Amino acid sequence: MITWANTPFEPWAGLAGGILIGCSVVLLLFTIGRIAGISGAIAGMFTKQRVEKTWRIAFIGGLMLSTVIYQLFVGDFPVITQQSSVWMIVAGLLVGFGTRLGSGCTSGHGVAGIARLSSRSIVATLCFIGFAVATVSLFRHINWGG
Amino acid sequence: MNVLLASLFCGLIFGFGLIISGMSNPARVLNFLDWSNHWDPTLALVMGGAILVALPGFKWVRKRQQPLFTESFDIPTTSKIDAKLIVGSSLFGIGWGIAGLCPGPSIVGAVTLNTDILLFVGAMLIGMWAQHSLFSKKGS
Repeated sequence: MITWANTPFEPWAGLAGGILIGCSVVLLLFTIGRIAGISGAIAGMFTKQRVEKTWRIAFIGGLMLSTVIYQLFVGDFPVITQQSSVWMIVAGLLVGFGTRLGSGCTSGHGVAGIARLSSRSIVATLCFIGFAVATVSLFRHINWGG
Repeated sequence: MNVLLASLFCGLIFGFGLIISGMSNPARVLNFLDWSNHWDPTLALVMGGAILVALPGFKWVRKRQQPLFTESFDIPTTSKIDAKLIVGSSLFGIGWGIAGLCPGPSIVGAVTLNTDILLFVGAMLIGMWAQHSLFSKKGS
């Protein structure tokens, strides 16, 4: 049985983090005219087009740097995984394949797409939230993988 | 150079947002997705807060002729809701529900050298490569 860790509801931290993410997305469009979609940025680091490749490497580099800077100046932050290594690999394969097939993830569809009022992104977001909620209930209440 | 610095800075701010809000903690994400008990609604405020800023922000940016450091905007124009979009997003949702990780937080978490997250990221890259080799047209 997996013991599911409890996390407290932290509305202000959530809102503050969300506002920072919103600022990042707007600033990236304002400065370089690109949508901050993370799955696309990760995959795009491996394309052969030089211009499209470099901004993505810098963006993902900044994302990685945030962990280092936060740990140096603020401290450790909780990263609690709840599944066995095998399930983590299965999940990673699904997330990698699915985000590319569906052209986006929580950032590109869930934040930027919804903020553009794109109907494609609204449908995508409903799909991934719906399937994620269903999956969690399978694991937690029917005890798959438990 | 400006393009690189702007992208790096945006990545950094995005990462801080994920860390401060707890999006980078899979346990918290899973509790957001569990609507039956220990529901933790924090992530609704993360998405809500981000959209609250991005909605007017995008409107303002798109009134401009061009971005600050590049020639033109590159914004998706397709509006087709097709099987790829639905199947892809649903598969992503299943993976997100298993691990509590989506691409952004997985990158932030991988840097903490958490073994399970490193495995997740490795598998995610393989999944992206598999999709690319199966679906992208030859020569493009």
